Amino acid sequence: SYNTSKPLPQEEAPAKKLRLTKPSKSAALHIDLCKASNPTDALQYLLHFARSSVEAESVEGVVRILLEHYYKEQDNSVRLKIASLIGLLSKTQNFNPESILDDTLNTFNTEKSHQVLAQLLDTLLVIGTQLPESLIVRHRLIEVAYKHLSDTYFGVRNKCLQLLGCLGNVDTPLNKDGQGLVPAVIGDAQSLISDYFADQDPRVRTAAIKAMLQLHERGLKIQQTIYDQACQLLCDDYEQVRSAAVQMVWVLSQLYPESIVPIPSSNEQVRLVDDSFGKISHMVSDGSWVVRVQAAKTLGNMLQVSPHFLEQTLDKKLMSDLRRKRTAHERAKELYASGEFSSGRKWADDAPKEKVDTSAVNLIASGACGAFVHGLEDEMYEVRIAAVDALSALAQSSASFAEKCLDFLVDMFNDEIEEVRLQSIHVLRQISTNITLREDQLDTVLAVLEDSSRDIREALHELLCFTNVSTKECIQLALLELLKNLTKYPTDRNSVWKCLKFLGCRHPTLVLPLVPELLSTHPYFHTPEPDMDDPAYIAVLVLVFNAAQSCPTMTALFSDHTFRHYTYLRDSLSHLVPPLRLPGRTQAPGVSGIEGSGSVESAQLFLQQSLSRISTIHNLQDPGAQDLLNFTIRDLQRLGELQTELAGAADFSATYLRCQLLLTKALQEKLWTMAVPLCLKHNAMATAAAKQMLEETYKLEFLYSGLENRQVATIHHVRLQAKALQLVLTARTRRGVEPLISVCEKFLQEVESFQRLFVVELPHLQESFVGKLLDLSPKLSACKPGELVKILQTTLRQSGFLNLQLPKQVQRASATIIEPTGESDNPLRFTSGLVVALDIDATLEHVQDPHNTVKVQVLYPDGQSHVIQPKPGDFRSPGPHRHRLITQVYLSHSAWTEACQIEVRLLLAYSSSRLCKAVWSDSSTEGLQPAEGATEGTIPFGKPVKVFIMPKPARR
Amino acid sequence: MPEIKVTPLGAGQDVGRSCILVSIGGKNIMLDCGMHMGFNDDRRFPDFSYITQQGRLTEFLDCVIISHFHLDHCGALPYMSEMVGYDGPIYMTHPTKAICPILLEDFRKITVDKKGETNFFTSQMIKDCMKKVVPLNLHQTVQVDDELEIKAYYAGHVLGAAMVQIKVGSESVVYTGDYNMTPDRHLGAAWIDKCRPDILISESTYATTIRDSKRCRERDFLKKVHETVERGGKVLIPVFALGRAQELCILLETFWERMNMKAPIYFSTGLTEKANHYYKLFITWTNQKIRKTFVQRNMFEFKHIKAFDRSYADNPGPMVVFATPGMLHAGQSLQIFKKWAGNEKNMIIMPGYCVQGTIGHKILNGQKKLEMENRQTLEVKLQVEYMSFSAHADAKGIMQLIRMAEPRNMLLVHGEAKKMEFLKDKIEQEFTINCFMPANGETTTVITNPSVPVDISLNLLKREMALGGPLPDPKKPRTMHGTLIMKDNSLRLVSPEQALKELGLNEHQLRFTCRVQYRKTEFTIFIVFSSSYLVKAWLVLKGYTIQHLPDGTVMVESIVIKVSSSAEEPNTKVLLLSWSYQDEDLGSFLSTLLKKGLPSGLSSM
Repeated sequence: SYNTSKPLPQEEAPAKKLRLTKPSKSAALHIDLCKASNPTDALQYLLHFARSSVEAESVEGVVRILLEHYYKEQDNSVRLKIASLIGLLSKTQNFNPESILDDTLNTFNTEKSHQVLAQLLDTLLVIGTQLPESLIVRHRLIEVAYKHLSDTYFGVRNKCLQLLGCLGNVDTPLNKDGQGLVPAVIGDAQSLISDYFADQDPRVRTAAIKAMLQLHERGLKIQQTIYDQACQLLCDDYEQVRSAAVQMVWVLSQLYPESIVPIPSSNEQVRLVDDSFGKISHMVSDGSWVVRVQAAKTLGNMLQVSPHFLEQTLDKKLMSDLRRKRTAHERAKELYASGEFSSGRKWADDAPKEKVDTSAVNLIASGACGAFVHGLEDEMYEVRIAAVDALSALAQSSASFAEKCLDFLVDMFNDEIEEVRLQSIHVLRQISTNITLREDQLDTVLAVLEDSSRDIREALHELLCFTNVSTKECIQLALLELLKNLTKYPTDRNSVWKCLKFLGCRHPTLVLPLVPELLSTHPYFHTPEPDMDDPAYIAVLVLVFNAAQSCPTMTALFSDHTFRHYTYLRDSLSHLVPPLRLPGRTQAPGVSGIEGSGSVESAQLFLQQSLSRISTIHNLQDPGAQDLLNFTIRDLQRLGELQTELAGAADFSATYLRCQLLLTKALQEKLWTMAVPLCLKHNAMATAAAKQMLEETYKLEFLYSGLENRQVATIHHVRLQAKALQLVLTARTRRGVEPLISVCEKFLQEVESFQRLFVVELPHLQESFVGKLLDLSPKLSACKPGELVKILQTTLRQSGFLNLQLPKQVQRASATIIEPTGESDNPLRFTSGLVVALDIDATLEHVQDPHNTVKVQVLYPDGQSHVIQPKPGDFRSPGPHRHRLITQVYLSHSAWTEACQIEVRLLLAYSSSRLCKAVWSDSSTEGLQPAEGATEGTIPFGKPVKVFIMPKPARR
Repeated sequence: MPEIKVTPLGAGQDVGRSCILVSIGGKNIMLDCGMHMGFNDDRRFPDFSYITQQGRLTEFLDCVIISHFHLDHCGALPYMSEMVGYDGPIYMTHPTKAICPILLEDFRKITVDKKGETNFFTSQMIKDCMKKVVPLNLHQTVQVDDELEIKAYYAGHVLGAAMVQIKVGSESVVYTGDYNMTPDRHLGAAWIDKCRPDILISESTYATTIRDSKRCRERDFLKKVHETVERGGKVLIPVFALGRAQELCILLETFWERMNMKAPIYFSTGLTEKANHYYKLFITWTNQKIRKTFVQRNMFEFKHIKAFDRSYADNPGPMVVFATPGMLHAGQSLQIFKKWAGNEKNMIIMPGYCVQGTIGHKILNGQKKLEMENRQTLEVKLQVEYMSFSAHADAKGIMQLIRMAEPRNMLLVHGEAKKMEFLKDKIEQEFTINCFMPANGETTTVITNPSVPVDISLNLLKREMALGGPLPDPKKPRTMHGTLIMKDNSLRLVSPEQALKELGLNEHQLRFTCRVQYRKTEFTIFIVFSSSYLVKAWLVLKGYTIQHLPDGTVMVESIVIKVSSSAEEPNTKVLLLSWSYQDEDLGSFLSTLLKKGLPSGLSSM
């Protein structure tokens, strides 16, 4: 029963506010409620009513009816429902809840039931949160809350505290200035709330802490005096109180990190942040796992803690029969230091050594002692994950801590839950810039390479890419394990190669002494030439070549076939094999030219030069401009292929220039002077050009990341040009003015919104198409379509070329489908009409927010196509700017007579409104109504893959 | 004074034959009923004659509680119940109830069939004994009788191990049995709520040890096994059938799964298979991982671990074998050891402690030549590894449990006296509570201060509320007037009127009176200062109502102050003061005030 009446014109609304003119919702409700003979019926009506929606104008009337019944009603549950309905109704859009506030407040005078009171307070909370601006309303509500704070029912006290937290004064109390608007008690919500920290009901205690936290979030500076109280609450009997108290203590530690607090039963003092760190660490061994999770998470946010306390968290003094014992970690370290790594395996080689002074042993972990040792061993994986995350956060801010927590993280690689293992590998990667792995640690890390989970293995490869190792044995070990991994899981080929690439890059000097062994060269004898197709051999070569890049002496150790293999690999796996300077060797022509000086800087220079050369063009109609554009586009494309670091920028510029080229061609003078029927062909060409330009602008805008406002303005400018061109073409081909009018209007709107969006950029656009157009703008809106077309035509041709300014980093979104490979000749057979699942595995680079934008398209030979949106869980993020899509798409089709190929590709969905908001979130967002050309569409990216499928007719 | 008595019959400053008697609130409870591994004579079982010299135990015990299925905790049960005689309820958790008879039967077989002992309990006795068992669920409060209730908490250690809270009225005792505060591959960590028992009876096996992280241990273990298998060697892991064996199985099973390993793993058959079956059943007693994933796959349905056959030991190629018993003193594990000992590629991993005299102990101490029966010598070439996988709480764990439960007193059992001493000091120092460690047969008495619940009549409460004053603060005691009626084993607090009515008595007023004499001059001064000003000011301040009656009498609540002049001594005035016993505080205050407010040397009363 949705009310479909049209919204009234705005002027009329206030006049009719109180009168109910038509048999609306409220009247119906009134009748229903009157009919109700008993509370159960009334409740039923109300429940039914709650499901329908009420328009803003009649809310007040409905509330009045409800309240009328409220006062008559004896039954608590009905009154409670009415109270909750009022809260619900006050949330109606465009309704100002202030008008029902008085009526709602009046109910408090008569209400006796505690439950209903609690609900009424909840309603007030709803109303109050909608009117955060009104100080008076807030004060009135707080007054009510204050009055009921001493209620005997916990629910009422709860709600009062909630009200105080949400609406309480966060500024300094007003009465100081003598305004007298609020009594002093109400002004100081903080001390009022803190009184309830000691309430007898744990739920109220929790609510009090939460209210305090709420006040903090709203900007109130909580006083330090609460600290002791908060610390006491850490020992509360109830877990929700303890959990909230952990937050409270944390907040205080962030507010007053440097203040000094005394240590009880001693004369010493510590910084507050250290003290609270110790206390929260203590909570990591709490009885309730909820608290443990909370505590472990919180530890990660306490970066100001002193290193001394921080390092205690990993400390656990071991003891056996009252003798001090070294931890396995310490032992491993010592063994490593003493040079005998793989030790004699004796019983009790961990035998306790020195005798412990009994009085010195502290069995209760005081302070931060061993907090992470406990957290990482916790029974619940939620706690372990939280602890791992906290370790990560703390390690990133402290290098020495990173070094210390290494052993513990490495231990976590053996966790029973894959998620934890994966997380700890990720964390280790994040902190790996701070650390160098010891051989024994590397050994443990590498053991995980045999894990059957691909996610784990790939995360580990990723980790190894960023790892520093200290000795050549480590490199050897890593290579050995990676090769083992390769034989066990051949599908890891690409990942392993990439891993070795970075390993080589990072440790050229460590690889150098290994080269003869790796390439099995011999000073006197020729060794057989290895098989070039062997992935393991390629892996070794990738390692060596990448090391050789920064180690010129290495090439002297290569044998002849190595050079041949280099040339081959440089060509076939150019992303893995770097260009090498090979003395006295002739190389494939063409490649060496650029490669010789193939540093990023020189390429960057070249890019800049090309662009500045283009900038000499003033008008695209200038003679020679087109040629210059053509050459530059070619140069840029080639540059993009050769220098992967600059591929994004080069592609971006090339695409932009191509748009300009298309425009220039479409506007060639001599053709436009011809009569329309004579140049049909040209028209077709120009139309196509305009269309292509439009498409390219979307690619420019959405396929590249790292764009700044300036570039986006330029792209939108091109888009406007394309649209103007379309408009001119439409005017030329179509007869009649009528259709033109709407098109023109739309165009003008777009110009307007462009102006609004890029106010900041307009000065840079003076000489451009839009700049000129805006100079004429007052005239534009008044002129007829015919004139407009003429103006556009001339402006388009006369406007100057808009220079492209490149931002620092432009990256092109790219996608590679790893699986299916498209190489299989065995069709996927399934019964027609049923579905078959196709596994898809793809890597996405530089895609922002892939969960929403990336889709999979399946194209059938008959032209049918499906777009599938993968689940958010199918995306993993193995590295920065990188995502991995592992999903299944379901295929189905009617029967075919023979196997045929379908095409699977990835699409990048875009919607201009979405991106606009993201880019100019602070500037006028309301100008971005979808009507103003929020274009939604998809851009195919990455190479499509063909898959053989064969739907067979069902057998009967 | 009410008191709780604890007497260990076994496990007092000792490990083995756990059996602890607790008397609480007039109830007698036996906690665990185990046997001692180290003895073969009478000392094997607890000395039940402590309870009664002759006859059955039934009338002396209210219940028996078994914490878990290890024989040192339940081994004497059939002997106690069937041979000594006990017909009351025996409580144990479901898994314990399932697995306990298997172990008892095994124990019986070894002692009777192999060692040929007589006068031992029979299979039938085990069955009869198990019929008396009442199963417990975790956190379920079981009412043994009207007053005695017990509740089980998760203890880790082995499948079905429980800690028990025993409660009579507001007195309670928690017995931990064996427990583990760090989770392992198949079981979670022990947990208890803040139940604040009067006594916490805790095991203290590792009273003086703080253990390293279990992850290092696990990693070491896996690495060793992995390396040996990769080398093509065979790995022998002697285990006891239940407990650690399952943990190691899970560890290896998941590792094999993760690493895609192919080498076979065997588990020696018999007893174990039956037990594994129960592990599959009692998923709720295992750890988070196994509980959460059992829908996809029950972790105890081993994919890589198969039953062992004698002939497999000679198979070529790598393999891993779990074999019983754990100390290599007999049976399958010893047989396999003999076969494999000569090859240095092979490895033996001892996952637990070995008693002196066993082969396990010898090889762990590095003995390279072993003398076997028939005067043969066996050269030990294989690698010997020791890997402690014990599931008891270490010193820190024990402290952690104390922190969780917040007991008023602590009692240590199941450990060595010397080590206990250390822990006892620590506990007393850190928690400032008493800690006891009685020897076997020694009784510890703890005096409790139980709160006595009293029913209060609603009317009385409401009247007290109506009297006003601040709302009751739960943290502070508040006095109120009422009459306590003790009748029919119940306590009630009612208003005096109601009490009188119920008892059929008349109300008697009790008043105190006193006279204060003044000289006339003094009196005038007094009247000015004391009576009207001082007293009034003070009384008004305290919020009492003051009435002035026409005849000059002043009434403050029930207190009457009247001035009269005596006939005999015209120079003196007499102040009469009278108050009822309810206003005793105020009355005596006034009388002292009146006396002290005057110059000394005056007669009064």
